[in-house]
Amino acid sequence: MSDFTFTIDEIEIPAKEGQTIMEAADAAGVYIPRLCDHEGLRHQGGCRVCTVKAAGRSVSACTQPAEPGLAVENETPHINKLRRDLVEMLFHEGNHLCPICEASGNCELQAMAYRLDMTEPTRFPYLEPCRPVDASHPDIALDTNRCISCGRCIRASQDVDQKGVFGYVGRGIHRHVAANGPDLAHTDAEITDFAISDEVCPVGCIIRKRVGFVTPIGEREFDKGLIGRKISEKRNA
Amino acid sequence: MTAGETAGAPASGYQDQVAQICDSYDNDPHRMLDILRDVQDRFRWIARETMQTVAEKTGLTQIAVEGVASFYAFLSLAPKGRITIRLCDDIVDQFAGLPEVTESFEKALGIGIGETTSDGGFSLEYTPCIGMCDQAPAAMINDVIVTNLTPEKTRALVAALKSGKRPEDLISPDFDDLTPHQRAVTMVENNIRHAGAVLLGPAAPDAGLKNALDLTPSRIIKELEDSGLRGCGGAGFPTGRKWRFAAETEAERRFVICNADEGEPGTFKDRVLLTERPHLLIEGMTIAARAVGAREGLLYLRGEYIYLRDLLEEVLADRRARGLLGDGIMGVDGFDFDIRLQLGAGAYICGEEGALISSCEGLPGEPKTRPPFPVTRGYLGFPTVVNNVETLCHAARILDRGSKWFFDMGTEGSHGTKLFSVSGDCLNPGIYELPYGLSLKELLEMAGGEDAAAVLVGGPSGAMIARDTFDRKLTFDDLATGGAITVFSKDRNVLEIVEYYMSFFVHESCGYCTPCRVGNVLLQKAVAKFREGLANPEDIAYLKDLSGTIIETSRCGLGMTSPNPILSTLENFPLVYSAMAKPSKDRIRDTFDIQSAIDGARKLAKRRSYVFDRDFSQ
Amino acid sequence: MPDSQDAPAADLPKARIATASLAGCFGCHMAILDIDERLIDLMALVEFDRSPLTDIKKFTKRCDIGIIEGGCCNEENVHVLQDFRENCDILIGLGQCAIMGGLPAMRNAIMHSDEPLRECLEEAYITGRYIRNKTHNIPNDPALPLLLDKVYACSEVVEMDYQIPGCAPTGDVIFETLSKLLTGKFRGFERETIKFD
Repeated sequence: MSDFTFTIDEIEIPAKEGQTIMEAADAAGVYIPRLCDHEGLRHQGGCRVCTVKAAGRSVSACTQPAEPGLAVENETPHINKLRRDLVEMLFHEGNHLCPICEASGNCELQAMAYRLDMTEPTRFPYLEPCRPVDASHPDIALDTNRCISCGRCIRASQDVDQKGVFGYVGRGIHRHVAANGPDLAHTDAEITDFAISDEVCPVGCIIRKRVGFVTPIGEREFDKGLIGRKISEKRNA
Repeated sequence: MTAGETAGAPASGYQDQVAQICDSYDNDPHRMLDILRDVQDRFRWIARETMQTVAEKTGLTQIAVEGVASFYAFLSLAPKGRITIRLCDDIVDQFAGLPEVTESFEKALGIGIGETTSDGGFSLEYTPCIGMCDQAPAAMINDVIVTNLTPEKTRALVAALKSGKRPEDLISPDFDDLTPHQRAVTMVENNIRHAGAVLLGPAAPDAGLKNALDLTPSRIIKELEDSGLRGCGGAGFPTGRKWRFAAETEAERRFVICNADEGEPGTFKDRVLLTERPHLLIEGMTIAARAVGAREGLLYLRGEYIYLRDLLEEVLADRRARGLLGDGIMGVDGFDFDIRLQLGAGAYICGEEGALISSCEGLPGEPKTRPPFPVTRGYLGFPTVVNNVETLCHAARILDRGSKWFFDMGTEGSHGTKLFSVSGDCLNPGIYELPYGLSLKELLEMAGGEDAAAVLVGGPSGAMIARDTFDRKLTFDDLATGGAITVFSKDRNVLEIVEYYMSFFVHESCGYCTPCRVGNVLLQKAVAKFREGLANPEDIAYLKDLSGTIIETSRCGLGMTSPNPILSTLENFPLVYSAMAKPSKDRIRDTFDIQSAIDGARKLAKRRSYVFDRDFSQ
Repeated sequence: MPDSQDAPAADLPKARIATASLAGCFGCHMAILDIDERLIDLMALVEFDRSPLTDIKKFTKRCDIGIIEGGCCNEENVHVLQDFRENCDILIGLGQCAIMGGLPAMRNAIMHSDEPLRECLEEAYITGRYIRNKTHNIPNDPALPLLLDKVYACSEVVEMDYQIPGCAPTGDVIFETLSKLLTGKFRGFERETIKFD
């Protein structure tokens, strides 16, 4: 049972004490775009794609507690423009070459770009960082060119796998996800880790070897429809 | 020193020394910053092997240790020289002759910025504002500060160091015999130009604390609320209200933290208070502890102010000895409070209260998710009051003289006095304590900076003001400021100033959130385009638009204010931008330079271009 | 399939179109052919000038629309692109390579040394593990255009008016976009049709 209600884009949302705006929205079948947040993992509030206006203030929906009577704006043209800028920044920060990426079609970054009408990632300059590929592990490869620093693998490894295979190092534009050792082969990462599973990495950075390109074009997750449709369908059902 | 003498790998037996360091902090992962500072001091870098030992001792993963070690600018993952020279590269230092000083250091040492001499003797690097803008150019040489540098002075310094003198010997031949206060004022001038009634004038020692003991905690907070005191770090949150929130939160432990991480470029007021009014500060912290029910306090001192460490430790020891800190303060049973000094290690973001708490907890200095706010869940999850140095000093004086005395100074909404750090193109740079409500013009007249063409009020996260609005008032409601007043004459290039400050924010962004991490890099590149004369008129709208996104979506105050140098100059100095912007000719991008694009291939192929080398066919 | 009301009306004067493939794989030009029989509808509205489809090598007159496949990896690409900018009123980038460099731009991130271009060429022709180049030479015929220091998106070299994403964009998207542009009805892409692969 809900403790109180609030609204998102004028839709009434039931919520429980202590729930974040996004948790309540998910349960009610209202999708708020997000990249660094993932069901079952600690909230981080880093990608800022879930930015909403709550009582007029910009907050990240994944960390902001819902409050009785709060009026939240979610899918307004202005907010979607902010989100498109953020997604575009992520495209420009790394080296995202969709045509050669095995995550294409299943990639949340790409799908978010589609959802936010990002057709021309050319407004910003490409930063083209020089980043390593780590194929040392027998079953897993890391192509950090595609990493968007969402940290989902870090939290999944720490909190679900109880391991700590990944962590952030560095600061500012140099901050990045790194393995707990000189390379991935020297960590206790295993193919069976939740952190390595296909639902944790939203892009094509964590690669499970020998299973790439198994789904034909047309049948991949986001060939079937926009990102977030599974949450929205709950409400329509 | 024997360990770490050879660059490349720690000397044998390092594990024992590292383990010893960890033991001295009870292997507490929350003391990671202290542990790594000590490792850095001992070995002059933090090698992967040492991180492994630290990880084992503190029960963390190595990547968690590396996360801390790689975050702070004063910790190094590559070997550093026995003497590390950090030149302050703030724009004020640059205009005061830093380029010549840098060249002189480079020549004398035979290395460039970012390099270490092959014998491991010296490292030379740039660091952002070290809080010495009133005596620029300045530098840190290990833990010692040198100011008012010139090429001649630089050559003499390097010669002395090369002859085997310690950095301390550069300050005084009798350095070891000086008291900590003497050492500090020999290194760094206070430059107090105007003492006001509250902070820099005469004050009875611990009178505020004595009065506080006669009041209930709630009455103490009421005094502060009535005084109208607002935080002096820049944000201006009412101090009494902050204390009340912390006092009212049920908890087993509560903390008082003093934010002495004065990092806003152009600010140096806390440096002067820490040097000249350390007792008043600790008195203020003790009153805060009494008011909110805290038994533990931390004084977070920025790494750049390490030269004040001995002075502050001496003050703490003295107060403990006199029963002003520790158990049963001033003989009051149950009034127990003590303070630990926490040194930072080169990170502007740690001035943000959440990031400061993270840093105190031994984590990378990343701001915390709000809510919860520190007053309800701060340091180690307990209610925590974080106040600026100046705020805490004010609090002690308010308890001494009463809220009405303080309230009656200043203007409505901005009560009491404020310390202004004035630097740049003016005759009398230094500290001015003045009541709120003064106009910028009046302050400039006092400082001999009337001829200014532009004044940056509140540092780069504040606003750049042009001559036509110098009559604006220095209050929370008009020109709100943490106190930095940076004066620029008509000879200075506004775009150069803006580009420097954007590179500062790029350097100091923690990288946690996308807009601040990536957006500031994009802003810096866009400003650079203007400076190079390669911008289009549309780029003005682009700057505003991108700034807007960064401000609206950033996670903490850094990103919410980092576009201010651009936005305030676009507003107040629009011609500077429009003069540098021109439409592309025939819709061909000026930013694309075919000659530099084919230059590499021309050399590799050893032939010229049929298309773009015009003289080819001649 | 596009709605029939989106189909171009036949009473407008014919638009002149030019096309070029720069650093691309010609896949986007193949995709233009995927318009299939609707090409006949389209041809009622346009005539092709300089294009690999017509084998016309130089502009015969000013064009209304230039369609560019591929980014710029060498001096010739830059020259052609600038020529197109000069001779076309509207320039359209077709496909990911034109928009952001695409596959050829993979080399942009492989810059480990001071001479990344040399490094790339040596890897490609001499030292690469799968190379069977018995001459051990990097091709350097005078007819070969000089390579650029990196691969540039078209919009980094000239101003582009529209860009059609995809690798390659489908015939449907190309047809629909061109039809709408020609009749002044283009208002952006349908979400469901945006693809980067």
